[in-house]
Amino acid sequence: MIRHAISNLNGWLAILAIVLSSSAGDVLLSRGMKQIGDLGELRRRRSVTFVVLRILRNRYFLLGVACMAVSFYSLLFGLSWNEVSLIGPAAASLTFVANAFAAKMFLHEHVGRRRWAAALFVAAGVVLMAL
Amino acid sequence: MNLRKYLVLAGVSVFAPLGDSFLAYGMKQVGNISLRNIPDLLLAIANPWVGIGIIFLLGFFASYMTALSWADLTYVLPASSLGYVLLALIARFALHEQISLTRWFGIALVSTGVGFVTSGPELTGRPPQHLANDGTVATEHS
Repeated sequence: MIRHAISNLNGWLAILAIVLSSSAGDVLLSRGMKQIGDLGELRRRRSVTFVVLRILRNRYFLLGVACMAVSFYSLLFGLSWNEVSLIGPAAASLTFVANAFAAKMFLHEHVGRRRWAAALFVAAGVVLMAL
Repeated sequence: MNLRKYLVLAGVSVFAPLGDSFLAYGMKQVGNISLRNIPDLLLAIANPWVGIGIIFLLGFFASYMTALSWADLTYVLPASSLGYVLLALIARFALHEQISLTRWFGIALVSTGVGFVTSGPELTGRPPQHLANDGTVATEHS
Protein backbone atom coordinates (compact mmCIF):
# COMPACT_ATOMS: atom_id res chain seq x y z
CA MET A 1 0.00 0.00 0.00
CA ILE A 2 2.87 2.38 0.92
CA ARG A 3 4.60 1.39 -2.30
CA HIS A 4 1.42 2.22 -4.24
CA ALA A 5 1.23 5.66 -2.55
CA ILE A 6 4.91 6.37 -3.34
CA SER A 7 4.33 5.25 -6.92
CA ASN A 8 1.35 7.65 -7.24
CA LEU A 9 3.22 10.53 -5.58
CA ASN A 10 6.26 10.09 -7.83
CA GLY A 11 3.95 9.79 -10.84
CA TRP A 12 2.20 13.11 -10.10
CA LEU A 13 5.51 14.83 -9.23
CA ALA A 14 6.75 13.72 -12.65
CA ILE A 15 3.56 15.04 -14.31
CA LEU A 16 4.03 18.44 -12.60
CA ALA A 17 7.68 18.57 -13.71
CA ILE A 18 6.73 17.57 -17.28
CA VAL A 19 3.98 20.22 -17.55
CA LEU A 20 6.17 23.07 -16.19
CA SER A 21 9.34 22.23 -18.11
CA SER A 22 7.49 21.32 -21.30
CA SER A 23 5.44 24.55 -21.33
CA ALA A 24 8.56 26.66 -20.66
CA GLY A 25 10.39 24.74 -23.41
CA ASP A 26 7.54 25.16 -25.92
CA VAL A 27 7.34 28.91 -25.32
CA LEU A 28 11.13 29.35 -25.62
CA LEU A 29 11.34 27.19 -28.76
CA SER A 30 8.41 28.98 -30.37
CA ARG A 31 10.01 32.36 -29.66
CA GLY A 32 13.35 31.18 -31.00
CA MET A 33 11.90 29.71 -34.20
CA LYS A 34 9.89 32.88 -34.89
CA GLN A 35 13.14 34.86 -34.61
CA ILE A 36 14.86 32.48 -37.03
CA GLY A 37 12.00 32.61 -39.55
CA ASP A 38 10.22 30.10 -41.82
CA LEU A 39 12.67 27.20 -42.26
CA GLY A 40 11.23 26.33 -45.68
CA GLU A 41 11.85 29.86 -46.94
CA LEU A 42 15.32 29.94 -45.40
CA ARG A 43 16.30 26.63 -47.02
CA ARG A 44 15.37 27.97 -50.46
CA ARG A 45 17.80 30.87 -50.03
CA ARG A 46 20.56 29.44 -47.84
CA SER A 47 22.54 26.21 -47.29
CA VAL A 48 21.57 23.58 -44.70
CA THR A 49 24.73 24.39 -42.70
CA PHE A 50 23.76 28.05 -42.54
CA VAL A 51 20.24 27.21 -41.32
CA VAL A 52 21.49 24.68 -38.73
CA LEU A 53 24.10 27.14 -37.39
CA ARG A 54 21.49 29.87 -37.27
CA ILE A 55 19.24 27.62 -35.13
CA LEU A 56 22.08 26.46 -32.86
CA ARG A 57 23.15 30.06 -32.19
CA ASN A 58 19.72 31.14 -31.02
CA ARG A 59 19.69 31.40 -27.22
CA TYR A 60 15.93 30.87 -26.92
CA PHE A 61 16.30 27.64 -28.88
CA LEU A 62 19.13 26.44 -26.60
CA LEU A 63 17.18 27.31 -23.43
CA GLY A 64 14.11 25.60 -24.90
CA VAL A 65 16.09 22.43 -25.62
CA ALA A 66 17.41 22.45 -22.03
CA CYS A 67 13.81 22.66 -20.73
CA MET A 68 12.77 19.86 -23.10
CA ALA A 69 15.63 17.70 -21.76
CA VAL A 70 14.29 18.22 -18.22
CA SER A 71 10.81 17.33 -19.50
CA PHE A 72 12.15 14.19 -21.23
CA TYR A 73 13.91 12.90 -18.12
CA SER A 74 10.85 13.72 -16.00
CA LEU A 75 8.85 11.59 -18.44
CA LEU A 76 11.31 8.70 -18.11
CA PHE A 77 11.18 9.05 -14.31
CA GLY A 78 7.37 9.07 -14.38
CA LEU A 79 7.19 6.08 -16.74
CA SER A 80 9.45 4.09 -14.42
CA TRP A 81 6.88 4.56 -11.61
CA ASN A 82 3.50 4.67 -13.25
CA GLU A 83 1.52 3.55 -16.30
CA VAL A 84 1.97 5.35 -19.60
CA SER A 85 -1.85 5.53 -19.74
CA LEU A 86 -1.76 7.91 -16.74
CA ILE A 87 1.49 9.83 -17.31
CA GLY A 88 1.06 10.43 -21.05
CA PRO A 89 -2.51 11.78 -21.21
CA ALA A 90 -2.37 13.66 -17.87
CA ALA A 91 0.86 15.44 -18.82
CA ALA A 92 -0.29 16.07 -22.41
CA SER A 93 -3.72 17.45 -21.51
CA LEU A 94 -2.42 19.74 -18.74
CA THR A 95 0.36 20.93 -21.07
CA PHE A 96 -2.23 21.94 -23.71
CA VAL A 97 -3.99 24.22 -21.24
CA ALA A 98 -0.75 25.54 -19.64
CA ASN A 99 0.61 26.32 -23.12
CA ALA A 100 -2.48 28.31 -24.08
CA PHE A 101 -1.97 30.53 -21.00
CA ALA A 102 1.81 30.77 -21.57
CA ALA A 103 1.45 31.57 -25.31
CA LYS A 104 -0.99 34.39 -24.52
CA MET A 105 1.17 35.83 -21.71
CA PHE A 106 4.69 35.43 -23.08
CA LEU A 107 4.31 35.15 -26.87
CA HIS A 108 1.36 37.58 -27.17
CA GLU A 109 -0.47 35.14 -29.45
CA HIS A 110 -4.10 35.93 -30.10
CA VAL A 111 -5.78 33.08 -28.20
CA GLY A 112 -9.40 33.66 -29.13
CA ARG A 113 -12.45 31.53 -28.34
CA ARG A 114 -11.65 29.15 -31.19
CA ARG A 115 -8.19 28.33 -29.81
CA TRP A 116 -9.35 28.09 -26.18
CA ALA A 117 -12.06 25.69 -27.33
CA ALA A 118 -9.49 23.68 -29.30
CA ALA A 119 -7.11 23.44 -26.30
CA LEU A 120 -9.91 22.39 -23.92
CA PHE A 121 -11.50 19.91 -26.37
CA VAL A 122 -8.16 18.27 -27.10
CA ALA A 123 -7.20 18.18 -23.39
CA ALA A 124 -10.54 16.58 -22.45
CA GLY A 125 -10.37 14.20 -25.41
CA VAL A 126 -6.88 13.01 -24.47
CA VAL A 127 -8.06 12.24 -20.92
CA LEU A 128 -11.12 10.31 -22.17
CA MET A 129 -9.01 8.31 -24.60
CA ALA A 130 -6.86 7.12 -21.69
CA LEU A 131 -9.79 5.88 -19.58
CA MET B 1 -1.33 26.46 -45.66
CA ASN B 2 0.15 24.28 -48.40
CA LEU B 3 0.95 20.56 -48.78
CA ARG B 4 4.45 20.95 -47.31
CA LYS B 5 3.03 22.50 -44.15
CA TYR B 6 0.38 19.80 -43.79
CA LEU B 7 3.12 17.15 -44.15
CA VAL B 8 5.15 18.84 -41.42
CA LEU B 9 2.11 18.78 -39.09
CA ALA B 10 1.56 15.10 -40.01
CA GLY B 11 5.20 14.42 -39.02
CA VAL B 12 4.63 16.05 -35.63
CA SER B 13 1.43 13.98 -35.19
CA VAL B 14 2.91 10.60 -36.11
CA PHE B 15 6.43 10.71 -34.64
CA ALA B 16 5.42 11.84 -31.11
CA PRO B 17 3.01 9.01 -30.17
CA LEU B 18 5.27 6.39 -31.80
CA GLY B 19 8.27 7.71 -29.85
CA ASP B 20 6.30 7.76 -26.58
CA SER B 21 5.11 4.18 -27.14
CA PHE B 22 8.64 2.84 -27.73
CA LEU B 23 9.90 4.77 -24.69
CA ALA B 24 7.15 3.31 -22.51
CA TYR B 25 7.94 -0.22 -23.70
CA GLY B 26 11.65 0.30 -23.03
CA MET B 27 11.14 1.83 -19.58
CA LYS B 28 9.02 -1.15 -18.54
CA GLN B 29 12.10 -3.30 -19.26
CA VAL B 30 14.42 -0.92 -17.40
CA GLY B 31 12.21 -0.99 -14.27
CA ASN B 32 11.59 1.49 -11.45
CA ILE B 33 14.17 4.23 -10.86
CA SER B 34 14.09 5.82 -7.39
CA LEU B 35 14.81 9.48 -6.64
CA ARG B 36 18.08 8.35 -4.98
CA ASN B 37 19.27 6.74 -8.22
CA ILE B 38 18.41 9.54 -10.66
CA PRO B 39 21.73 9.07 -12.60
CA ASP B 40 20.35 5.66 -13.66
CA LEU B 41 18.02 7.61 -15.99
CA LEU B 42 21.08 8.44 -18.12
CA LEU B 43 21.81 4.73 -18.51
CA ALA B 44 18.20 4.03 -19.55
CA ILE B 45 18.98 5.29 -23.08
CA ALA B 46 21.18 2.18 -23.54
CA ASN B 47 17.97 0.12 -23.83
CA PRO B 48 17.31 -0.46 -27.58
CA TRP B 49 13.57 0.32 -27.33
CA VAL B 50 14.35 3.58 -25.52
CA GLY B 51 16.92 4.24 -28.30
CA ILE B 52 14.31 3.69 -31.06
CA GLY B 53 11.90 5.91 -29.12
CA ILE B 54 14.53 8.65 -29.02
CA ILE B 55 15.07 8.39 -32.82
CA PHE B 56 11.31 8.89 -33.40
CA LEU B 57 11.30 11.77 -30.94
CA LEU B 58 14.18 13.40 -32.87
CA GLY B 59 11.98 13.16 -35.99
CA PHE B 60 9.17 14.74 -33.99
CA PHE B 61 11.50 17.50 -32.79
CA ALA B 62 12.66 18.40 -36.31
CA SER B 63 9.04 18.56 -37.59
CA TYR B 64 7.94 20.49 -34.51
CA MET B 65 10.70 23.11 -34.91
CA THR B 66 9.80 23.54 -38.58
CA ALA B 67 6.11 23.99 -37.73
CA LEU B 68 6.89 26.53 -35.00
CA SER B 69 8.92 28.57 -37.50
CA TRP B 70 5.73 29.48 -39.41
CA ALA B 71 2.82 28.87 -37.03
CA ASP B 72 1.68 29.84 -33.52
CA LEU B 73 2.30 27.50 -30.61
CA THR B 74 -1.45 27.48 -29.88
CA TYR B 75 -2.03 26.32 -33.48
CA VAL B 76 0.69 23.67 -33.72
CA LEU B 77 -0.07 21.86 -30.45
CA PRO B 78 -3.81 21.13 -30.98
CA ALA B 79 -3.36 20.60 -34.75
CA SER B 80 -0.71 17.95 -34.16
CA SER B 81 -2.73 16.08 -31.53
CA LEU B 82 -4.35 14.06 -34.32
CA GLY B 83 -1.60 11.53 -33.59
CA TYR B 84 -3.58 10.29 -30.56
CA VAL B 85 -6.54 9.59 -32.84
CA LEU B 86 -4.24 7.88 -35.34
CA LEU B 87 -2.86 5.56 -32.66
CA ALA B 88 -6.37 4.60 -31.52
CA LEU B 89 -7.48 3.90 -35.10
CA ILE B 90 -4.39 1.74 -35.71
CA ALA B 91 -5.18 -0.15 -32.48
CA ARG B 92 -8.76 -0.71 -33.64
CA PHE B 93 -8.37 -1.58 -37.32
CA ALA B 94 -4.80 -2.97 -37.59
CA LEU B 95 -4.38 -4.60 -34.18
CA HIS B 96 -8.13 -5.41 -33.80
CA GLU B 97 -8.25 -4.06 -30.24
CA GLN B 98 -11.60 -3.18 -28.71
CA ILE B 99 -12.17 0.57 -28.24
CA SER B 100 -14.67 1.58 -25.56
CA LEU B 101 -17.44 4.13 -26.09
CA THR B 102 -15.58 6.55 -23.77
CA ARG B 103 -12.49 6.31 -25.95
CA TRP B 104 -14.53 6.94 -29.14
CA PHE B 105 -15.97 10.02 -27.41
CA GLY B 106 -12.39 11.13 -26.60
CA ILE B 107 -11.45 10.66 -30.27
CA ALA B 108 -14.43 12.79 -31.30
CA LEU B 109 -13.42 15.55 -28.86
CA VAL B 110 -9.79 15.61 -30.07
CA SER B 111 -10.93 15.66 -33.71
CA THR B 112 -13.35 18.53 -32.97
CA GLY B 113 -10.55 20.46 -31.25
CA VAL B 114 -8.26 19.93 -34.24
CA GLY B 115 -11.07 21.05 -36.55
CA PHE B 116 -11.58 24.25 -34.51
CA VAL B 117 -7.94 25.31 -34.63
CA THR B 118 -7.10 24.30 -38.19
CA SER B 119 -10.05 26.23 -39.61
CA GLY B 120 -8.46 29.45 -38.31
CA PRO B 121 -5.23 31.25 -39.25
CA GLU B 122 -1.94 29.53 -38.34
CA LEU B 123 -0.21 32.76 -37.32
CA THR B 124 -1.46 35.66 -35.19
CA GLY B 125 0.31 38.49 -33.39
CA ARG B 126 3.67 39.65 -34.64
CA PRO B 127 4.68 38.67 -38.19
CA PRO B 128 7.63 36.31 -38.68
CA GLN B 129 11.12 37.61 -39.27
CA HIS B 130 12.93 36.98 -42.52
CA LEU B 131 16.52 37.05 -43.60
CA ALA B 132 17.55 40.18 -45.38
CA ASN B 133 19.77 39.84 -48.45
CA ASP B 134 22.89 40.44 -46.36
CA GLY B 135 22.02 37.56 -44.02
CA THR B 136 20.89 39.73 -41.11
CA VAL B 137 17.43 39.39 -39.60
CA ALA B 138 14.84 41.84 -40.82
CA THR B 139 11.45 42.14 -39.13
CA GLU B 140 8.37 42.96 -41.17
CA HIS B 141 6.31 45.70 -39.59
CA SER B 142 2.72 46.16 -40.56
